[in-house]
Amino acid sequence: MCKECGCGEDTPHEHVHHTHGHNHSDGNDHGHEHEHEQDHGHSYNDGHSHQHVATAVRTVDVRQKILARNDEQAEMNRAWLKERGVVALNLISSPGTGKTLLLERTLEGLRGRVVCAVITGDQRTDNDARRLQGKGAEVRQIETVNACHLDAGQVGRLLPEVVKDGVRLLFIENVGNLVCPSAFDLGENFKVALLSVTEGEDKPVKYPSLFSSAPVTVLTKMDLVPHLDWDATTCRANLRQMRPGGFIFETSARNGSGMEVWLDYLSKLV
Amino acid sequence: MHELSIAEALISEVETLAECERAVAVRRVVLMLGDLSGVDPEALRTAFPVAAEGSRAAEAELVIEKVSARVRCSVCGHTEPADDYAVICSLCGAVAVEITEGRELLIKSLELSVEERQVENV
Repeated sequence: MCKECGCGEDTPHEHVHHTHGHNHSDGNDHGHEHEHEQDHGHSYNDGHSHQHVATAVRTVDVRQKILARNDEQAEMNRAWLKERGVVALNLISSPGTGKTLLLERTLEGLRGRVVCAVITGDQRTDNDARRLQGKGAEVRQIETVNACHLDAGQVGRLLPEVVKDGVRLLFIENVGNLVCPSAFDLGENFKVALLSVTEGEDKPVKYPSLFSSAPVTVLTKMDLVPHLDWDATTCRANLRQMRPGGFIFETSARNGSGMEVWLDYLSKLV
Repeated sequence: MHELSIAEALISEVETLAECERAVAVRRVVLMLGDLSGVDPEALRTAFPVAAEGSRAAEAELVIEKVSARVRCSVCGHTEPADDYAVICSLCGAVAVEITEGRELLIKSLELSVEERQVENV
């Protein structure tokens, strides 16, 4: 026991200059100072607080969209485009449907009528961008390398350089794939599905995620119909089943049939 | 195989949520996956540990709760389960149904290991 302060002597303790005041029974009030060298902490019952770190398991309800970040970026893209009065179309089809040829003819047809811009996506090469150059539209290529679709971030990064003053219509040519691209909102006004007659009439029911979410379908390679057993009624019925009321355009970029209706539709969007 | 991108987006969201909750590890991730979400549950299960490697969710269990498709008729208001992308109302025959459930791609909940500092006054 420390004689001076009464705390446990075996505990390291430190009193530098304590001033004690106490009353004596004889009525003499006085103070005194004392000093001692031993350090001391305080024992567990001395009124101090202690911290414990424990690992607890907690369940949190979040209901958060998995693609929240993509969706937020897509909304930013959409707002950015809207502010500039640009209509953006997300063109989706399987590889080889003829997206790029349709776009070539579309850019040529709209030249002088509507200022266009193009973002085109492929796993590799800038072949598409090179094909689309020199037709009066700003064109940028995205090489997705391993990804099977474009995402909103990739598109957003390119918007300022591809959408120059005066651009009214932006075509985003997605990676050729009927499944994955339809899951990623890019900030477009709407999706346009392309379907070539060589792919058969039942693609819309086989790949419903795209054809149910695209309000417009462009049928391509219509010039090949005489050589095929392709049935227009069945194909249209399948498209209607997936998307009642959707617009269907029958085109051949090769011989130009149906192109004027398609171009007229596009020029009325802006 | 966009499930890898989905898994990467999932891990990124999970990491952010775990950070907010000051979690040291994520023990379980519960998803709500609609039948019409365009995401294959098995492919997502395969992609999940790849995307989770090195993250706080590296050891997490992935639980997938599937959500069946439901449609609502815009004409008569009838709602019914949909096997697929059916678009005709079975009650009134209108070709004007909208999908109300089945497109979910949500993180429903997370089970987290959280370090709690308890201050005791004694």
